[in-house]
Amino acid sequence: MLGIPDPMVLAAFLGCIAVAAISVIYGLVRRNAAVDEVTREDRAWAIEEKKVEDEL
Amino acid sequence: MNANLTWIDSIVILGYLLTTGYLGWLGYRGTRTAADFLVGGRSAHPVVMAVSYGATFISTAAIVGFGGVAGMFGMSLLWLTFVNILVGILLAFAVLGEPTRRLGHHLGAHTFPELLGARYQSKGVQVFAGALIFLFMPLYSAAVMTGGTVFVVAQFGVDFEVALLLFALITAAYVIPGGLKAVMYTDTFQGLIMILAMVYLLWFTYSSLGGVTPAHQYLTDMADLVPPTLKAMGHQGWTAMPVFGWGAPGYDLWWTVITAIILGVGIGVLAQPQLVVRFMTVRSRRELDRAVPIGAVFILLMVGTPYLVGSLSNAWFAQHGALLKGQVVKEIDTAKGHALVGLMKESSPGRWEPIINPKTSKPTVAPMVVAGREAAQDAAGLPLELVSGRSPAVVYAKGEPDQIIPVFITTALPRWFGLVFFLCLLAAAMSTLSSQFHTIGTAVGRDLYERLTGKPGREPSVLVMRIAIVIGLLMSVTISYNVREEYVIARFTAIFFGLCAATFLPAYIGGLFWRRATRAGALASMTVGLSVSLSWLLLIKAKEASAIGLVQWVTGGKTSLLADYPNWPVVDPIVIALPLALLTLVLVSVLTRPADTRHLNLCFPKT
Repeated sequence: MLGIPDPMVLAAFLGCIAVAAISVIYGLVRRNAAVDEVTREDRAWAIEEKKVEDEL
Repeated sequence: MNANLTWIDSIVILGYLLTTGYLGWLGYRGTRTAADFLVGGRSAHPVVMAVSYGATFISTAAIVGFGGVAGMFGMSLLWLTFVNILVGILLAFAVLGEPTRRLGHHLGAHTFPELLGARYQSKGVQVFAGALIFLFMPLYSAAVMTGGTVFVVAQFGVDFEVALLLFALITAAYVIPGGLKAVMYTDTFQGLIMILAMVYLLWFTYSSLGGVTPAHQYLTDMADLVPPTLKAMGHQGWTAMPVFGWGAPGYDLWWTVITAIILGVGIGVLAQPQLVVRFMTVRSRRELDRAVPIGAVFILLMVGTPYLVGSLSNAWFAQHGALLKGQVVKEIDTAKGHALVGLMKESSPGRWEPIINPKTSKPTVAPMVVAGREAAQDAAGLPLELVSGRSPAVVYAKGEPDQIIPVFITTALPRWFGLVFFLCLLAAAMSTLSSQFHTIGTAVGRDLYERLTGKPGREPSVLVMRIAIVIGLLMSVTISYNVREEYVIARFTAIFFGLCAATFLPAYIGGLFWRRATRAGALASMTVGLSVSLSWLLLIKAKEASAIGLVQWVTGGKTSLLADYPNWPVVDPIVIALPLALLTLVLVSVLTRPADTRHLNLCFPKT
């Protein structure tokens, strides 16, 4: 199949496409599933991170 | 510099650098980094987030280094692409991303060593991790630099030393003043260049070989042209897995491909400090979920393409490569015209002499698809049958796997694409190098200097970070300059990824998911992971051990302590060190006192 006689290499070739497809489906299915909120803690963390980056 | 670099090339390169600089400047004026998005309470577009992550993940090491390894070992390397997507994207984003983000924010950690140190309430853990990053990350940076440099050498015809110096200067100009800020739009611009280059490269390669199935079939039919040295290691052709087994040299290739390349790099990505911190800059779980599709497709293109193209370059050279001449040493398949040929060059008109391999000082012998035969004379005037034909890619790359992708691009593709590919490599290198040097800088400034002196002050710490970045850059250039042996790009990358996996992974995963993991367990696990890995590299793994030289001194000339036991000298340390480190974490944690409940509740709040 596809000019690749070794089933393990064929599995890798098709597996790459399959796992990428699964990732796409995962992202689409879960696109709004998780909570999307920025807490005070998240913001405090980001302000500190920004300070370090700005100074560097 | 060199006639190969035309004024059009110079203008295009300058245009690329100016565009990158302009995007960076635009970024400085407004929202630029992931932290800025978070401070502003806004969300980075999932494409920006995913491509920026992917551009950091993928470097010249993957494209040139591992692409070249695929040119030598074949399509079995596609398992690494599979693992990169499954583990490096799906598992990392869906399973590790959110717990890392939450833990980092709960504990106020901003670097990977700080995350581990805060989780385990241990200065020792943080200093240990910071020191490892400072000492060994330059190895990975060197791999990235060499990957870019060898392409510049092939494309523009300059000397390696000049190309490396240029690459180092561009890197310094990029990372020291501003690239460190990981401006997300700059990363994304670079990621888009990488995507365009890979899509064209993949299309060109398949179409020049007659389509997907004919290309694979031709490569399959070339299995008998595998060079004898690779065949002896278990190479069965570029569309076949190496021979699997244990206890004979004929299984070496399987253990090299599976343990060092697929497991070492595939698993090691989970514990890459510069990638782990990216999860902490993400706004929410939802943003992580949304980045998965783009990230997966990006990695599929970025690593799948070079591995396929590297393998298929053998078919391309066998069909379209420059004609080589020589004398048949052994017929392999007369019906197909496959033969083992001693390569020759014309010493004087009508007279032919063998080409001597500078490494072995013996005549160069190469597998060949014979296209024609003619009568000729050798140097002494004796008659001989001169054959002409084409060989697999590694012959045109003069036996250097790191040269396969550069030689294929410069030979097979139009010249304008060589320039685009150079920009792609520059983009891949810069996006990775900037985060590597950022990680080196923060590891020294924040994790070593501040922790060891006990003076968390901004000014001296920032100065120390800058000095560390310059030292890291010099270390990388020195390594690149001095070490250019066979597939060194992939090997350095695999060593660093393997070291990170064995040292950090059990403590990192345990810290995220296991309340019972203790400080002593983490320190012991990291010590075992690192010491077993280093001992293995120094004394057992033949390629690395023989290059370092200690093992010859200990054993009186052998390249491995286990040189008399086939396959052991090619097994990667990750196979031994990672399970031992994991076992150590579990055993020591169970036997030592758990962290206090208040701290654990901070790490793992109920809501």
